[in-house]
Amino acid sequence: MGDRENLNRLRWRCTRRAMLEMDLLLGEFLDRIFPTLDPEQVDAFVTLADMEDLELWPLINGSRECTDAVQAEVVALLRNVRVK
Amino acid sequence: MSKLIVPVRKFDAVIVGAGGSGLRAAIQLSEAGLKTAVLSKVFPTRSHTVAAQGGVSASLGNSEEDHWHWHMYDTVKGSDWLGDQDAIEYMCRMAPEVVVELEHFGMPFDRTDEGKIYQRPFGGHMSNFGEKPVRRACAAADRTGHAMLHALYQRNVRANTQFFVEWMALDLIRDDSGQVLGVIALEMETGEVVAFHTKATVFATGGAGRIFYSSTNAFINTGDGLGMAARAGIALEDMEFWQFHPTGVAGAGVLITEGVRGEGGILRNSTNERFMERYAPNAKDLASRDVVSRAMVTEINEGRGCGPNKDFVLLDITHLDPATIMKRLPGIREISIQFAGIDPIKAPIPVVPTCHYQMGGVPTNYKGQVVADDGTPVKGFYAAGEVACASVHGANRLGTNSLLDLLVFGKSSGDSVIDDLKSGAIGLKELPENFADRTMARLHRLDTQTGGADVNATRLELQRTMQKHCGVFRFKEMLAEGVAKILDIEKAVARTEIKDKSQVWNTARVEALELDNLIEVAKATMISAEARKESRGAHVRDDAPDTAANPNGRDDIHWHKHTLWHRDGNRLDYKPVIMKPLSVESIALKTRSY
Ligand SMILES: Cc1cc2nc3c(=O)[nH]c(=O)nc-3n(C[C@H](O)[C@H](O)[C@H](O)COP(=O)(O)OP(=O)(O)OC[C@H]3O[C@@H](n4cnc5c(N)ncnc54)[C@H](O)[C@@H]3O)c2cc1C
Repeated sequence: MGDRENLNRLRWRCTRRAMLEMDLLLGEFLDRIFPTLDPEQVDAFVTLADMEDLELWPLINGSRECTDAVQAEVVALLRNVRVK
Repeated sequence: MSKLIVPVRKFDAVIVGAGGSGLRAAIQLSEAGLKTAVLSKVFPTRSHTVAAQGGVSASLGNSEEDHWHWHMYDTVKGSDWLGDQDAIEYMCRMAPEVVVELEHFGMPFDRTDEGKIYQRPFGGHMSNFGEKPVRRACAAADRTGHAMLHALYQRNVRANTQFFVEWMALDLIRDDSGQVLGVIALEMETGEVVAFHTKATVFATGGAGRIFYSSTNAFINTGDGLGMAARAGIALEDMEFWQFHPTGVAGAGVLITEGVRGEGGILRNSTNERFMERYAPNAKDLASRDVVSRAMVTEINEGRGCGPNKDFVLLDITHLDPATIMKRLPGIREISIQFAGIDPIKAPIPVVPTCHYQMGGVPTNYKGQVVADDGTPVKGFYAAGEVACASVHGANRLGTNSLLDLLVFGKSSGDSVIDDLKSGAIGLKELPENFADRTMARLHRLDTQTGGADVNATRLELQRTMQKHCGVFRFKEMLAEGVAKILDIEKAVARTEIKDKSQVWNTARVEALELDNLIEVAKATMISAEARKESRGAHVRDDAPDTAANPNGRDDIHWHKHTLWHRDGNRLDYKPVIMKPLSVESIALKTRSY
């Protein structure tokens, strides 16, 4: 698959989630922050986006810690998205 | 002709939707040995059922005495007597069985010290026909929906259900006799369009809360099942009834729980007035959901809303001790910072009444069979969950009854398929020549449209129109204008244009196809609401106020009936509410007061 297809698939998986909170947050992240990520961070984000919402939300709201350093970086960026 | 263009796959049954209702139906079918396909826009355990935290109701009586008949009474009353009493009896009687069954499927319910399913109190759950609160809600911590989906999914894997993930069903296939012969679906990864030719089709596509600008529903809830049914000539029932939650974050919709007002949160208007004191001098900010929502809308409509557009009010907790906020309401602070850009310790949160749940849907009986206007089953067609209207929720859903609905009617729809196959009522019929023509024409139109309307802008206009003209508090003139506006927007939807014409992972196309469904739901809702000249349950009109003759504005003489909206000509019909339960006496009409 080319870049367009990969990005569209990622967009679908970021904006058709189980919880509205996650649709809003990941959708916004994809538009604003994702284009600025380095390749390692891109991989980490794809892993995060593949998680289920109830695994991911605790990482974002800080009730659970990331085990991986790059993942923690991306989570920090996610936390700062501020949909509003 | 269609057969030359569209590949055909044969199954005994296809289920559209892999949320709680679809997965529950699939277990029945797969375990009976039927070759069953389940289509879903997302991986099954990402369905919106995950968002349900509160619990599922059943009169298990594990904590104190309870009875299904009391649960039935609460549900009829909650529905403002618009629910069908045969279906309500069936659901409440089946509840203990399906909940225990779910436990056996591996659902990790919270437990009492003796190891029984723990039950907690919930609004509207009462013992002895409305006497006093009873503990009836079963939960798995605050992840009931998530745990339920996982338990049901594992059971399906064991039963060899075949999943088609990231597939979008586009249209129903019906023949001249009206029998349903399957669906046409799009595989997102390839862009391929395929027909699922089946003996039975079960819709479990969930709700359509995204027709409103402010909605607690995830983006996926675009009412695809309703759109497909309407386009295939099936009426939609009671679509004017939508449950609203008073405090969604303005703009985002994310839910702020009632607990915030419980902890002392105060609603304020643009003059900083605690306006609930005027509307509910005693309960104030803790008045019931509908009272608070209506007060908020009145403030906004009379020009006392906040912000540049004066379109929200404020939920203020700045007077609370920050330590209390951090301790009692930690999630709320995070949500407010993230989705309102406001730290509620320092400034109030902008909130508006927000759409939460769809009571209406595809008309079914308590067996999960889709029914025609005269009540006879539509051959080969079944539905369960939020897309369906059995009707157990009537004009207003009782909390936790929705997860129950998924289990009970997911199961009964599966059982009906099996029974109908055995009796020979359904079977594999030849596909009509032109079975895919309408769908292919729709796709072709989208691929070739030039100078058309933008999908996002059109969706936004639809959502804003629904919110403004058909929200939690409804006005005669606004509804009439709303009908005209929605019919205008329908014209734009018929001319949407997408720039991306590719096949593989073309999400622009998928979103345009979702909009085709949203507009059907919006029309059904606006037109049904404009026509119903009373207030009942969640449908509250300014011109149908509380009077001695019509308490709460409810007019049983003229309006104790179900609405049926037909897409063809936007025609409305009505059918009687089923007041006769299966085995007990009818619960007679009474004023609904708590
Ligand atoms: C925030 C929130 C909290 C809630 N809390 C509770 C609660 O505590 N208790 C309770 O009883 N109820 C609760 N509800 C309501 C309840 O969660 C839903 O009514 C219920 O989960 C709907 O389940 P479902 O099986 O009908 O549909 P969903 O779970 O929404 O699943 C729909 C499925 O259909 C698929 N689908 C849709 N369209 C298509 C298509 N065109 N092609 C292929 N697949 C398609 C989707 O991919 C998905 O798999 C809550 C709702 C919300 C929004």
